[in-house]
Amino acid sequence: MDTLTANYQAGIFYDELISQEGNARAPAKQLLKYLDSLPTEELEKRRIAAEATVQEMGVSFTVYTEEGNIDRAWPFDIIPRTIDAKDWEVTAAGLKQRLTALNRFIDDLYHDQNCIKDGIIPEHIIKHSKNFRPECVGVSPAYGVWAHICGTDLVRDEEGKFFVLEDNLRVPSGVSYMLENRAITKRVLPELFENDDILPVGSYTSDLFDTLAALSPRDTEQPEIVVLTPGIYNSAYFEHAFLAQQMGVELVEGSDLFVDSDDCVYMKTIYGPERVDVIYRRIDDLFIDPEVFHKDSVLGVPGLMRAWQAGNVALANAPGAGVADDKVVYAYVPDLIRYYLDEEPILANVKTYLCDDEKDREYVLANLDKLVVKPANESGGYGMLVGPHSTKKDQQLFAQLIKDNPRNYIAQPTLKLSTSPTLIGKGSLEPRHLDLRPFILQSKTTHVTTGGLTRVAMKKGSLVVNSSQGGGSKDTWIVETKGD
Amino acid sequence: MLSRVAERLYWSARYLERVENTARLVSVYDDLLFDLPPNVAISWYNLIEINSGVEAFNQRYKIRDEHNVVKFLLSDDTNSSSLLSSLKMVRENIRTSRDVMPGETWELINELDMYARENIKRGINRSDRHAYLNTIVEGCQKIIGLFAATMDRDAGWSFLILGRYLERADMNTRIIDAANTLMLQSRAEEAIELGQVVWSKVLKSQSAYLSFRRTMRTSISGARAVTFLLTDPNFPRSQQYCIGEIKNAASALPRAGIVLVTADNLLNKTQGIEHSSMLNEDFSEYLNQVQLDIISLHHQITENWFNFKQGDAA
Repeated sequence: MDTLTANYQAGIFYDELISQEGNARAPAKQLLKYLDSLPTEELEKRRIAAEATVQEMGVSFTVYTEEGNIDRAWPFDIIPRTIDAKDWEVTAAGLKQRLTALNRFIDDLYHDQNCIKDGIIPEHIIKHSKNFRPECVGVSPAYGVWAHICGTDLVRDEEGKFFVLEDNLRVPSGVSYMLENRAITKRVLPELFENDDILPVGSYTSDLFDTLAALSPRDTEQPEIVVLTPGIYNSAYFEHAFLAQQMGVELVEGSDLFVDSDDCVYMKTIYGPERVDVIYRRIDDLFIDPEVFHKDSVLGVPGLMRAWQAGNVALANAPGAGVADDKVVYAYVPDLIRYYLDEEPILANVKTYLCDDEKDREYVLANLDKLVVKPANESGGYGMLVGPHSTKKDQQLFAQLIKDNPRNYIAQPTLKLSTSPTLIGKGSLEPRHLDLRPFILQSKTTHVTTGGLTRVAMKKGSLVVNSSQGGGSKDTWIVETKGD
Repeated sequence: MLSRVAERLYWSARYLERVENTARLVSVYDDLLFDLPPNVAISWYNLIEINSGVEAFNQRYKIRDEHNVVKFLLSDDTNSSSLLSSLKMVRENIRTSRDVMPGETWELINELDMYARENIKRGINRSDRHAYLNTIVEGCQKIIGLFAATMDRDAGWSFLILGRYLERADMNTRIIDAANTLMLQSRAEEAIELGQVVWSKVLKSQSAYLSFRRTMRTSISGARAVTFLLTDPNFPRSQQYCIGEIKNAASALPRAGIVLVTADNLLNKTQGIEHSSMLNEDFSEYLNQVQLDIISLHHQITENWFNFKQGDAA
């Protein structure tokens, strides 16, 4: 039959919705049946409606740059990606387990360093980590939790098994797009939400609020929580404004806050200075306090570290938490889970070669054309070598970089990222590669988002999903399937 | 409300008012110079003095002619109070407080800013000047109207009112002062002829001419024009009215104490004059004192609601 999905060719990778034999996977059945029932014109109408909604939502939140562009520029695909709720339950448990171990690890690093003494992780790896902050040694944040908001990137291999690609423990972004994508999809495909058991995602902002409120150093009914943004020129400003608005808290810039001689943080309001209990900071560690870190930073608040060290204000995420999202540390996470929790890791790592290790380095240097080489401390997909897509010259350059600074590089096999049907042109679905970024919240309790943000590489064959490099996004559905 | 947000609202309103006042002032002066008898010594340069721009002007220009004065007032970016500089400041302040303003504000200010920049030559050359300045005034009024029709009357609104009426009161006294000085400098034999023209233009510059006619029901004299512009309770640009609005807006805000006291003092001082002979050096001194009071009112608003230092909290 000549339908939208019958014409779809899944290709050699794992496809999220349709098996290689052309059958709908269980959580996608309702969705695909519905899509096939829509005339091409109708589908096109929905796509246009989605575009208009993106514009509209963008306009209500975003800031125009000098050139008049809005920053919500990346494309949205209306075909959702579905995941079976039973699979998700296991994955979510794995994410909780992972963040729990990571927080235990960070807390250990800034106190007794038992993991080093017990030989779980070599000392020089920590000593040379760009994100280890001596200023944090001996500080004890509430519940021993340092990374309160974590965005973990997951990928599926050709078997459909989830792997962790990286943990983002500094200032992970994207959650507002997860929420917005759901809102758009509800508007343009409303019929599906009536019949299908799609689990809601809307509780994120109230979970975030509860997570932050639990960190308040003062025992008060209404702790003062703020979102600290670098300001309107930051590319994630839209998200900062959105989260502050949804939580009903103030969106502040560094200059709105000051630390007084009592080492408490105050916000400048027309009612006078008001004490701040919890700061959800969306500014990188090195910019939060010019007294301690970058002296010339005007984004931060002088004295903030002092106030935090004294326990008078909670910072989420805590400074220094980034030590655990180093890509070299990543390789040790399975061992850290075993060590701290005495449990087997539920979620596996992608095979990782540490250039610091002699045997691994030799292998990497001999296979640069097959591997993906990443610097240990960059994010956003910068400074990478994608072996199969690289020139001899690129490879020579990276060989030299690795030899000069082996500690700073890791390598992984080129991933066979899963694909999902994506609307390309009018009435035609094509497979595009994607990943998934769930968000995990941890303080007194732990929450995992239902699904997360699915990012899609909109270019045919491309494996790069980053929004800065031509990626798009789509809604992610965790679907309850009925026993079949 | 964050102090920063309040301060941006306050300055948005002040600069918006400044844009409108500058456009009105240049427009009226244009008109005034056409009507003056040819033997009267009055020049465009008076406008520079009204706006406290003497130093900045002289650094930049040698010749005090119409072209340079108008250019300085409308387009000069070394003059932080020029029409285009003020518009830029309105835009910057609105850009960073869009979440507390009506959504359309941003579009309107962009439209106005673009028009003002693209057509600035029409403002500087005399032939199209009137139409250009009129469009600017209309653009300002569109934004003020949008605020009036759609904004909540909360703290944000109070800061807009504070900014608008403080700027307006400031300009009001400057214009009266300038006219007074002009009259004091004029030769006795031309004073009567000049007075008629000057004081009616002063009223027109404040859109007060018709209101004066309706309210006072008498001929225009210096004493009456000044009394009207200072004490009329209903005319929305009079000193009395502006300070009253400042007082009302402040009293809706927390911790308004000191600002209310200063506003009350200013209100008590506001009085008309009996006879045109009282338009003398003493009166000039009185206006000068009012100006200083307005400046200290601004500092009190800033200190009270926007600025905090270490030691204020602990």
